[in-house]
Amino acid sequence: MKELMLTANKIRQDVIEMLVEAGSGHSAGPLGMADVFTALYFNHARINPKKPWDENRDRIVLSNGHICPVWYATLAERGFFPVRELKTLRKINSRLQGHPHARELPGIENSGGPLGQGCNIGVGMALAGKMDKKNWRVYALLSDGELNEGCDWEAFMLAAKYELDNLCFIIDRNNIQIEGPSDKVMPLEPLKKKLESFNLHVIEVNGNDFKQVLNALEKAGKTKGMPTAIIAKTTPGKGVSFMENDYKWHGKPPNKEEAEKALKELRRQRTELL
Amino acid sequence: MILNPKLFEEVEKTPTRDGYGKGVLKAGKTNKNIVVLSADLAESTRSHWFAEAFPKRFIEVGVAEQNMMGAAAGLALSGKIPFVSSYAVFSPGRSWDHLRVAVCYTNANVKIIGAHAGISVGPDGATHQALEDIAITRVLPNLVVEVPCDALEAEKTTLAIIKRKGPCYLRLGREKTPVITTNKTPFKIGKAEVFREGRDVSIIACGSMVYEALLAAQQLAKEGIDCEVVNNHSIKPIDEKTILKTARKTGRVVTAEEHQVFGGMGSAVAEVLAQHPTRIEFVGMLDCFGESGKPSELMAKYKMDSKAIIKAVHKILQ
Ligand SMILES: Cc1ncc(C[n+]2csc(CCOP(=O)(O)OP(=O)(O)O)c2C)c(N)n1
Ligand SMILES: [Mg+2]
Repeated sequence: MKELMLTANKIRQDVIEMLVEAGSGHSAGPLGMADVFTALYFNHARINPKKPWDENRDRIVLSNGHICPVWYATLAERGFFPVRELKTLRKINSRLQGHPHARELPGIENSGGPLGQGCNIGVGMALAGKMDKKNWRVYALLSDGELNEGCDWEAFMLAAKYELDNLCFIIDRNNIQIEGPSDKVMPLEPLKKKLESFNLHVIEVNGNDFKQVLNALEKAGKTKGMPTAIIAKTTPGKGVSFMENDYKWHGKPPNKEEAEKALKELRRQRTELL
Repeated sequence: MILNPKLFEEVEKTPTRDGYGKGVLKAGKTNKNIVVLSADLAESTRSHWFAEAFPKRFIEVGVAEQNMMGAAAGLALSGKIPFVSSYAVFSPGRSWDHLRVAVCYTNANVKIIGAHAGISVGPDGATHQALEDIAITRVLPNLVVEVPCDALEAEKTTLAIIKRKGPCYLRLGREKTPVITTNKTPFKIGKAEVFREGRDVSIIACGSMVYEALLAAQQLAKEGIDCEVVNNHSIKPIDEKTILKTARKTGRVVTAEEHQVFGGMGSAVAEVLAQHPTRIEFVGMLDCFGESGKPSELMAKYKMDSKAIIKAVHKILQ
């Protein structure tokens, strides 16, 4: 656990450094989801950075593409590509696009940005896995704001219809989006009941608690006959006190001073862990 | 033509989306039927100025562009004048089927605001750079398609599309761009304006490329090449008369737009010029997707700036 927490801390530092260098991009979502990404790539999922496109790998797709800085940082720290390349985020001629471009980088399974598409793509992959009787799994990462889109719910119905137990949706339930708290912009509750009524197996966890996240992933793997949706309640901006739970950090990067402050906090958290 | 006298000096820069925001706010004060819808993008589309002033006539639909377009048709069929606002990639991108049937086939009085159009969106990358929206809107019957060249023209267009009954699409940019026109510059839907008279080559441009065209013309004048520059903001209805007139005058046309060449404004001009076959060079996106980068870097790399226009003029004169 401590190892994972240290990794997530490093990833958060990377995210801050990338964003301040880029001068644009999203802060809150990536910081909030660093633990889920770490749990998947450093513990649970069957992936191999040396063979990023191995036929038998688990597929991890990102539907809320704007949080890709955390995807890039996780992949780099896991060894998919050099960590130093992270600093090219959002710059011209970079492989680190502002929103992900499928297969431009090792490990980037899907193009995304327009919310909801990754959710549909994930279902398609899981259908293919079933057809070919493969035992690799699909993890489709979604966000609460994106659940405003109809296409996500179309995907849930399709996944339930074909009993895609090789598919696990993970919803970043951080209760923020662009224009404010998610529950104000478009109320989603009762989310668990809604998803259950769509015939999904639903698990609610604290998305910033490794034990809970890993347990849920384990349970999802054992569930037969239906897809699982993990509602990961995360703290947007997690780890940087002045960003936490403030929707205004959805879509802006820290400036130099703010980044310094953020890194100081994150470094302190690291020493406290050690 | 009456243009901003400081055009080539320290010209004021404002994004065209601000022009829309100002226009709809102004109109909302007197016209109580105006309603603005947003799909979680009120601030960056500048719909939030209206939302703050008239909270009861503002509807936040959440991240749901299809629903927004359909609901707008319902509002219009019930006497309202709804403005549907989002980024162009999502609306009319994702919402296109609803636009086609619920709005255009119905001939519903819906105004569609496509913000953050073009490659100048910059670092967000290809997913967010609408380079196809002119193509997918100009094929729709009943739909007016307008691409203002600056913030002031965007404001005038906003007011004009309210007066005009029926569906209208307004394409806007994110970046600050020079204010080319003044309050006295004429503006009418369906009427292209000659911004600079010339004899050798006609540069027909829209949106942010109008300024690039004026820059190119100024540069070319130093080489003794006399360019006419036409602001072709009305993609539909297109001003056949002005286009034919300038083509007859110079015999050579360069079109320039921040959009795919296939299906874009240049293609619309070529359709008109099929009546009077003219040599045309197209400046625009050449059948590829964009990428992340600074707006100016991208305009240069993908050849949608004054340099690209100058090159096209040289080529057509060879
Ligand atoms: C189809 C679509 N519409 C609009 C947008 C613009 N947009 C980008 S992020 C976002 C808010 C999404 O909410 P969420 O993912 O919960 O944001 P976060 O928690 O990361 O702040 C919106 C509306 C988009 N990317 N895709
Ligand atoms: Mg959210």
